Amino acid sequence: MALDVRREAAETARSPRPRRQITTAFVVSRIAVLAVAAAILLYAVPPLVAAGSWVSLGLLGAASAAIAYLYLTRRFVPAKYLVPGTVFLIAFQVFPVLYTVTTAFTNFGDGHRGDKAAAITAIETGSVRQTPGSPEYALTAALRGDRLVFLLVDPATKQVRVGDSSGLAPLAGARVGITGKVLSAPGLRVLKAPEAAARGQEITALAVPTGDGVIKANGLSRAVEGKAALLYDAGCDCVRGDGGPWTADESQGYFVNAGGEHLAQGWQVNVGLDNFARVLTNPTISGYFAGVLGWNLVFALASVLGTFALGMAVALALHHPRMRGTRVYRIVLILPYAMPAFAMLLVWRDMFNRDFGLINQLLGADIDWLGQVGTARLGVILVNLWLGFPYMFLVTTGALQAIPRELTEAAAIDGATPWKAFRRVTLPLLLVALTPLLISSFAYNFNNFNAIALTTDGGPFPADSPQVGGTDLLITYTFRLAFGAGGAQFGFAAAISVFIFTIVAVISAVAFRRTRRQEEIYA
Amino acid sequence: MKLALRHVLVLAVCAFAVFPILFVVSAAINPLGTLASTDLLPSGASLANFAHLLTSDSYPFGRWFFNSVFIALVSSFASLLLSMFAAYAFSRMRFAGRRVGLLALLLIQMFPQFLAIVTIFMIFTRVTELYPAFGFNTVWGLLLLYLGGALGVNTWLMKGFLDTVPKELDEAATVDGATHAQIFWRVIMPLVTPILAVTALLAFIGTMSEFLMANVFLRDPESKTLAVGMYGMIAGDHRNANFGMFAAATLLTAIPTVSVFLWLQKYIVSGLTSGAVKG
Repeated sequence: MALDVRREAAETARSPRPRRQITTAFVVSRIAVLAVAAAILLYAVPPLVAAGSWVSLGLLGAASAAIAYLYLTRRFVPAKYLVPGTVFLIAFQVFPVLYTVTTAFTNFGDGHRGDKAAAITAIETGSVRQTPGSPEYALTAALRGDRLVFLLVDPATKQVRVGDSSGLAPLAGARVGITGKVLSAPGLRVLKAPEAAARGQEITALAVPTGDGVIKANGLSRAVEGKAALLYDAGCDCVRGDGGPWTADESQGYFVNAGGEHLAQGWQVNVGLDNFARVLTNPTISGYFAGVLGWNLVFALASVLGTFALGMAVALALHHPRMRGTRVYRIVLILPYAMPAFAMLLVWRDMFNRDFGLINQLLGADIDWLGQVGTARLGVILVNLWLGFPYMFLVTTGALQAIPRELTEAAAIDGATPWKAFRRVTLPLLLVALTPLLISSFAYNFNNFNAIALTTDGGPFPADSPQVGGTDLLITYTFRLAFGAGGAQFGFAAAISVFIFTIVAVISAVAFRRTRRQEEIYA
Repeated sequence: MKLALRHVLVLAVCAFAVFPILFVVSAAINPLGTLASTDLLPSGASLANFAHLLTSDSYPFGRWFFNSVFIALVSSFASLLLSMFAAYAFSRMRFAGRRVGLLALLLIQMFPQFLAIVTIFMIFTRVTELYPAFGFNTVWGLLLLYLGGALGVNTWLMKGFLDTVPKELDEAATVDGATHAQIFWRVIMPLVTPILAVTALLAFIGTMSEFLMANVFLRDPESKTLAVGMYGMIAGDHRNANFGMFAAATLLTAIPTVSVFLWLQKYIVSGLTSGAVKG
């Protein structure tokens, strides 16, 4: 394959090209690009073949063919420049984002991870109870090839049997130790205790079917025979047993009984717009949502305006022909930007610490800064100001240098006060240049996860609702919903991220429309 | 008088900028190495925290440092190149879907990408099975993931800058028989050094600080980046006891960023603005 591609490349390179001169660089670059592509193919194909993923293989083949064609033909010049970045963009941003958005229409989350068949298996194996009077086997985990099997020693007869997911079979030639565990067996590799412990999950999951029940591990060295208390009956599409029958409810993805209860294990189903409706109509959630959104807007606006005001003030102060020491000042002012942000956020968190934090030490106070909503909000805005103003200082400094000095001088000659000159001449010119940066800074701060997660982690939390804290942004709130201790609710979290996305996109779009710059870009 | 006021203002802001850093320095050279014993001004000076950090068995700091710098350098270089390509196409060529493409780039960025982390986790679970070299706990896998964000962040900034480079330059080169590739490498690239420097710095800083993705992606102590590793250093019970070590690590982490900054300094100010000023 690689050879073919190279030969093709060489031929294309040699073929006469009217109007254009063929340079060595041209030939070398084509060969290099194709060699790299061929190498990637050579690396990527065998595992896909081994795994039998023909769809992926087809996609890979098609994509490679398209890319090879793209770089050999002389047409589609813009695509040649756009494709490299776009490939990564699609694979690691567009696709995950779209997939996440589709989960917003499902109940994907804890209790609803797999499909229905997986839920039935989990329900049945999870409900296994020891059959009264059945023996307790001594269990030894072993490997046949790389598959896990159980070696079971009957306590009464000392007979050894081997069991896997297909059933039980007698085993001859095994050596049994004093504890009743198997020491070695022909054709099998007995797992040592730490190895078995490492495969604990697999061992718990393995169920060896017998005639009328299953044998399951109870710990790592005992196994018991039991019967499933809950059994699926395809005839009525229900689970029979304790408290049942539990009928499958395809709209909820649960087995429910007459009393309205459901089994813990469910499956993933399409719930349509339920998640979105829940955000808007559920009184507890929509109450939170409005509150969090309000604070989120305040936080983003305060961050942008605060950093911009401070950064611009310093830049203006330094922007004077007779100002001395600007070089040194500039380096000092940049320092917060150069420090690693994640680490400094954690440092700030500790400076606000009530018991041994620096702020209380310096002020001689005993204030629980991050423990009260008001001070915590002030605190995170201050931290964000510290982190963000050097960037604004940098960009304003640059933009100021691009404003001709004659303009402000002319204003001064016309009798304008310095304030008026700033307000009417300098600021509007600065804003023309910096509005796009301010908007993207707003979009960034609106979703500034780190600034909250690493300092207050959304806290302080009111005693009655541990779900939403005083400094929670939508993004940290959503993160807790999706991955938090209360059980993962991916579908619901995805719905909220769609809302977040809409809010940010609309605000930014409106702001962009209002700037002249946008019109120029599309001109 | 007015100059004096300016100095006062700037000095006040400088104090605000510096005091947390002073606190970190003080913590780093504090011989006791705990948070509780740290003041704004150090009570003593010792390099014990640095020595602990560099010889620690449980925290392979050197390895983390290497991982972070390697990932940050490679990913900022690669993403620079990818977004420069795209910016060149968006700025210099007219094609169907140009406007939509630009808008799409802007929009995709606004989706909180890490909420796609479940999907990314599922993708990379599969990748780990097929190609362990690009799976979890590898720098290469994380690099690929970061490259996914390459276009979104910098393309607009670069395109804005490229728009300010006179078109006559490439037209002249075309008349002289240059191909689009030659124009890109020989004409455009040398002219856009300032914006390259800026985006390189932004990408470098961003990658060094990236925490969320890396935290999900890198579990193995040896493969961690500084952000993930140092977060673990003061997590839970270690918060007070390891603070000195953490502060020392913070200072060491700042070294690569400051070096990149000093190295690119002369381009930074002009680059940041020219991109923004002229649209």
